[in-house]
Amino acid sequence: MPTYRPPAIPASEITPRSVYLRRREFMGLMAGAGVMLGVGGARAEAPATSPLKTVPGPYKVDEPLTSREDVTTYNNFYEFGTDKADPSRHSGDFKPRPWTITVDGLVGKPQTFDVDKLIAELPIEERIYRMRCVEAWSMVIPWDGFPLKALLDKVEPLGSAKYVAFETVVRPEEMPGQKGYFQPMPWPYVEGLRLDEALHPLTILAVGLYGETLPNQNGAPIRLVVPWKYGFKGIKSIVRISLVEKQPPNSWNSLQGSEYGFYANVNPEVDHPRWSQATERRIGASGFFGSGRRPTLMFNGYADEVASLYAGMDLRANY
Amino acid sequence: MASDRSPLVETFAGWGIYVVGFIPAVWSFWLGATGGLGADPVRAFEQTLGLWALRFLVLTLAVTPLRQLAGINLLRFRRALGLLAFWYAAMHFSVYLTLDRGLIWSTIIPDIARRPFITLGFAALMFLLPLALTSNRLSIRRLGKNWRRLHRLVYVAASLAAVHYLLATKVLDPTQAAHIGLVLLLLGYRLVRALLVRRPERRAA
Repeated sequence: MPTYRPPAIPASEITPRSVYLRRREFMGLMAGAGVMLGVGGARAEAPATSPLKTVPGPYKVDEPLTSREDVTTYNNFYEFGTDKADPSRHSGDFKPRPWTITVDGLVGKPQTFDVDKLIAELPIEERIYRMRCVEAWSMVIPWDGFPLKALLDKVEPLGSAKYVAFETVVRPEEMPGQKGYFQPMPWPYVEGLRLDEALHPLTILAVGLYGETLPNQNGAPIRLVVPWKYGFKGIKSIVRISLVEKQPPNSWNSLQGSEYGFYANVNPEVDHPRWSQATERRIGASGFFGSGRRPTLMFNGYADEVASLYAGMDLRANY
Repeated sequence: MASDRSPLVETFAGWGIYVVGFIPAVWSFWLGATGGLGADPVRAFEQTLGLWALRFLVLTLAVTPLRQLAGINLLRFRRALGLLAFWYAAMHFSVYLTLDRGLIWSTIIPDIARRPFITLGFAALMFLLPLALTSNRLSIRRLGKNWRRLHRLVYVAASLAAVHYLLATKVLDPTQAAHIGLVLLLLGYRLVRALLVRRPERRAA
C-alpha cells in the first residue's frame, strides 16, 4: 500500500481535533474485532489535552513528522503496562493536574513548583526532535517545552552538584502497571544525567506535543527529553528532581546493567547485546510494505552539538 | 474424538484445520495492509506470526499428554498442527527478512550468526524444517523407527523457540510467561514420564 509521506507541517494545520477524535471512535470499533483475536490494537479515547501557547524553538529537525496518532498510541510507559498500546489504553484514570515538581538536593534554593505556573511563566518552545528508542525504532516529534536549565537556574545549583536525579510519580491506583503480579520493574522509575548534560540547551522538560499539553501516555504533565540519548532516558511524569554529587541510579541500568548504561547515548557502533543499533525503523515512514529502515546516526544526529561533552571518553565502556 | 467419524470431522482433519489455522495470519495481514495494526504494523504482524508458531507448537506437544492423561485422542490432527507451526515459523522468518530487515543481507547475516536471540529463533526453524519435510506417509514408512527418533527434534525446536521468545523483550510480560510456561509444562511432562514410567525392557542380543 503506498503510504502518504507527510511534509513537516505546523501543528496548527494538522487535522482538527474533532475530526481525528471521530476517526478514533471508528478505529476503536474496527480494532475491537482484532482484539478478540489478539492481533489488533485498540485505540483509546484521546485523553483530555489543552492547547499551549508556543514559540518556535532554536532546534528543528527537517524530516517528516511522525503522526500525532502514532506518537500517542505507540509508547513505552511501563507504569501503564508493557505493551506499546497499553499506555494509550490504560492511562485514562491518571490525573496529571494539579501537579507539583520538587527540585532539591545540592541547591541554594530548593523549591516546589506548580507545573501550570511554570508553563504560564516560561516561554514554551516548539522543539522538533528525533526520538530513537533503544529497541531500534524512531520517530520525529514536535515537543513543546522549556530548557531544563531554565528550571535549574531558579534553584541555583551548588558547586558540589555533579549530577541530576529524576523520579517518576508512584500511583498504583491510577497506573495499572504499578499493581498486580507482573511488576516489570521496581517503582519509582528513576533516571539521571550529568550536570553538564542537564544544562545543555538541547535538554528540555516537555509539557506538550503537537501544540497541546502532553497526553497521559506521553508522560503528562512534564517529562524529560534528551534527544541524543535513547528514549528510556526521557523519564515521564516527573515529581522530583534532585541535584546530587554522585552518579544516581537509573532504572534500566539497575534492572539489566549489561544491556542499558547510564549514558545511553545513541551510538550505531555500540550494539545492544541482543540486537544491532546500526539501523532503525522510522515509525509510520513506510507503512506495511517496505521496512522503513534507515541508518542510525551518531548521537542521533546531534553530534555537532553534544560530541564535545564526551571528548576523550570511551563510549564503548560508557554505553 | 477418535470414535467420531462424522463427515464434518473428517473434513476438518483433512483440510479444514489448515483453513482455520491460517485465519490468524490472513486476518493480521489484512489488518496490516489496511492500517489496522497501529503505529508499527510490521512489528505487530511479525510478532503475531511468531506467537502463533509457538501456539501451534504447544498444541502439537499437547496431543500426547491429552491422550495419556485425559483419554482425548487428537492424534490425527497432530501432523496438521505441526505443519502449521512450521508454516507460521517460516512466515515469521520471511517477514523478518523482508518487511522488517528489508533484505539487507549485510546486516541480517551477522545478526543471525552472532546474536543469540536471533540465532536461537533461526535454529528453531531449522529444526522444524526436517520434520516438515518428513511429515508425509512415504517418509514415515521409509524411516521406520528412525522417524520417531527424528521427530523428537520437536522438543529441541520448542525449547529454542521458547528461549527466543523470552529474549525478544526487555521484561517478561504475562503473555510471554503463559506461553513459555506451557512449553515448560509440556516438555517437563515428558521428562517426568520418561523417568517414572519404565519402558518394557529390551531383550539382550
